[in-house]
Amino acid sequence: MSLFAAAADPIFTVPVILLDISLLALLVVVAFALVRMRSLFGIVMLQGVYSLVSAAWFVSLDAVDVAFTEAAVGAGVSTVLMLSAMLLADRKSTPVPMRRQFGALMVVVLAGAAMLYAVGDMPAFGDVNSPANAYVGMDFIGKTAEEIQIPNVVTAVLASYRGYDTFGEVVVIFSAGLGVLLLLGLNGNAGRWEAKPNGQYINDRSAPSAATAKDTRTSDQKAEGEA
Amino acid sequence: MTDPETTPVADKFGNDPHVLLRVIAKFLIPLIALFAFYVQFHGDYGPGGGFQAGVILAASVILYALIFGLAEAKKAFPPRLIRYGMTLGVILYGGTGILNFILGGEFLNYSNLGKDAVAGQHYGILAVELGVLTTVTTVMIAIFYAFGSRQPETSAEDW
Repeated sequence: MSLFAAAADPIFTVPVILLDISLLALLVVVAFALVRMRSLFGIVMLQGVYSLVSAAWFVSLDAVDVAFTEAAVGAGVSTVLMLSAMLLADRKSTPVPMRRQFGALMVVVLAGAAMLYAVGDMPAFGDVNSPANAYVGMDFIGKTAEEIQIPNVVTAVLASYRGYDTFGEVVVIFSAGLGVLLLLGLNGNAGRWEAKPNGQYINDRSAPSAATAKDTRTSDQKAEGEA
Repeated sequence: MTDPETTPVADKFGNDPHVLLRVIAKFLIPLIALFAFYVQFHGDYGPGGGFQAGVILAASVILYALIFGLAEAKKAFPPRLIRYGMTLGVILYGGTGILNFILGGEFLNYSNLGKDAVAGQHYGILAVELGVLTTVTTVMIAIFYAFGSRQPETSAEDW
């Protein structure tokens, strides 16, 4: 079913199509603004905007759970994490000269062309015979009402039918946290470190967290550190 | 220009350019945390679940840290809780699976947790979602604490 045939279908009313097109256009505008922007703070904020707009688009596609996650993780937490990482870097990025961008441009053009080529093989939006809607997916939708008896099929699939996958995801999140704790420590000064944000020299003892951390160095290490 | 000594309010708020932000955040943070629990326990009926609820709950702590400073946030949510929280969540999830083993079922098949299969499924989903919530919340806060502690407080000119 082509886009035009879909537009003629009574289910896909014109307002919905218009909404989708304007949200997607907004995404493209934000993406170009992201590329053109030089201020890192603006880039981080625009990434949050991008996530929020795509969350709105997911809602219009009836994928509320995905939209919820995108809004909470993409627009919320990752923006904050990028901000706290940004404080350790310079505030502005220097433009890359044109001749060094051709390689990247080639990669983007090739990847984009490959994706456009693959679009033809994708099932139409809402196709009942698509792999996502046939086979086991139909089973989940049909049996949730009698086997689990909760209204939200997504939760039933995530927590019960696909409990193994979700367990794997929790372990992945756990290992991500473990990795950050092992590398950085909770007080950010697990090791002795120094940084130079905006030309201002800071180290583990001049950072505000230094006061809350216990000094576990031996007297020799202290003498070495001060030297 | 107001003189801090002649205006009594200035003693408390005069040097704080973010007083509006702090007052509104103080009002919003409990609501955000409450919403996280709504998302958690309403996940069976509407969109949401442990992962989203965990991120929202972590966001309320992170917002507190952004507005009132990291030291205050570490008083409200001590870093030592993080180590217990992230392991407890995984243990709760995996432990539910092991419990199914012991009760004579398959790993993560909750059917034998309750008096019938449906009740068992409900208990099982509740337990594993709680595990997801604990791990996600603490890991998100851990990552924020770890990165946030590495630099001096942001000065107003930086923005």
